[in-house]
Amino acid sequence: MSEDLRRTALHERHVAAGARLVPFAGFEMPVQYSSIKEEHVAVREQAGLFDVSHMGQIHFDGPDAIALVDHLVSCDVATLGVGRARYGLMLAEDGGCIDDVMVSRTAEDSLFLCVNASNVTACWDWVRSRTHGDVRVENRSDETSLLALQGPAARPLLERLASEPSILPKRFRLATVSIDGRSVLVSATGYTGSPGYELYVANGDAPGLWNRLLETGHDLGVRPAGLGARDTLRLEAALPLYGHELDRETTPFEARLDRFVKPLERDFVGAEGLARRADEPDPRRLVGFEMVGRGIARADYPIVRDGRTIGRVTSGAPSPSLGKSIGLGYVPRSSSGVGEALEIEIRGKGVEARIVETPFR
Amino acid sequence: MADYQIPEDLSYTREDEWVRREDGDQVVIGVTDFAQSQLGDIVFVELPETGAATEASAPFGTIESVKAVSDLFAPLTGEVVGINEALEDAPERVNEDCYGEGWLIRLRLSDPSELDGLLDAAAYRASVAERES
Repeated sequence: MSEDLRRTALHERHVAAGARLVPFAGFEMPVQYSSIKEEHVAVREQAGLFDVSHMGQIHFDGPDAIALVDHLVSCDVATLGVGRARYGLMLAEDGGCIDDVMVSRTAEDSLFLCVNASNVTACWDWVRSRTHGDVRVENRSDETSLLALQGPAARPLLERLASEPSILPKRFRLATVSIDGRSVLVSATGYTGSPGYELYVANGDAPGLWNRLLETGHDLGVRPAGLGARDTLRLEAALPLYGHELDRETTPFEARLDRFVKPLERDFVGAEGLARRADEPDPRRLVGFEMVGRGIARADYPIVRDGRTIGRVTSGAPSPSLGKSIGLGYVPRSSSGVGEALEIEIRGKGVEARIVETPFR
Repeated sequence: MADYQIPEDLSYTREDEWVRREDGDQVVIGVTDFAQSQLGDIVFVELPETGAATEASAPFGTIESVKAVSDLFAPLTGEVVGINEALEDAPERVNEDCYGEGWLIRLRLSDPSELDGLLDAAAYRASVAERES
């Protein structure tokens, strides 16, 4: 593997577990340990432990921190209570997406954004160029490790390990928990569609925590899971992936993320751009579909109706939990009704598909 | 090098296919243990229809894992006289038993001398070792 790839603090754990490592966003990351399907099913039925330390964390501290972040993201940060997390989009002035982010407020005057690994530099540059007021901004991506523990066994496992199990946070909340004397910021959030947690720790504490979770969780069926399963899980939950459903040209409205955008009158970066684009006739709209004919839809395959290309697939894969092939893609709003028939062009041939409700069932 | 099964009685290609000679000028073709391991969980196999022609080194179908689509390259020129229809509902057989229940197609060869151009087990083992290092 190239010498230029970075490694997380858990790299040696992945090698020891026999993981297949691949380059991703400049890091050497585990795509699978045993099999993508097995790891996917493990998350749905027991729990999977993911190393997502390649993701980035940008911290804001000071009296103007809340106001600054509220201005920089689409979701309402002014009403985000201490110890709570909220999903939003960081937009460019024209309303296109720079990244999708999780905003977490850790104290009265402190919060951080968790950003995609592929966008850490872009987000950091963007934030720095717009920072003003009494606030200190720090990129702590390189010192922070992030473990995602996802599945029904996640809570029972943390209850065994936390020195104070009663403070384990409820969904979309955060709490600092002590595990084996290590301080862990536990966030009841995730990217799989199954209940679970994201655990922020210092790099030095990551390997010990990883080992402990797997040892103690062994009889609960907890196992390591890679980026391959992470992708099939989030697809079943119809969660967008930047670079596929979201990119610099796409607005949150096209991606059906309206509920993560506060009223445009609130004056945040991108609000004006979104308002201008509201007049577009028949804009694109993200839909979920399932294959009816035989074939697997993949990113960039054309979506066809009546012999004309009307859109493109953004993500697609066989769903291990559903036993069918599913996908996400963009079509004109006028063609986006649930139940409508489509064709996906797979290697030159149209294969029948149908728009369905999301998340997929 | 990991321990991949490479049966001595088969012939192979550098594209990780195996060929088993049968009576007359027929062969059975599949993908090797190394191939199925590299691909991961196989979720879809697209095979030609019976009666279709294959041409040595040209693609004759596709094999898909969860994350990727890979071409299948014909090792030999001929006519497809049989396909493994069980793979339509159970593509995972390629992972479970690539030399047996996971076979792909049966060909009637147009030019049996092409068989001489295939690799034997030792040569294929070397080809895998080279790529693994």
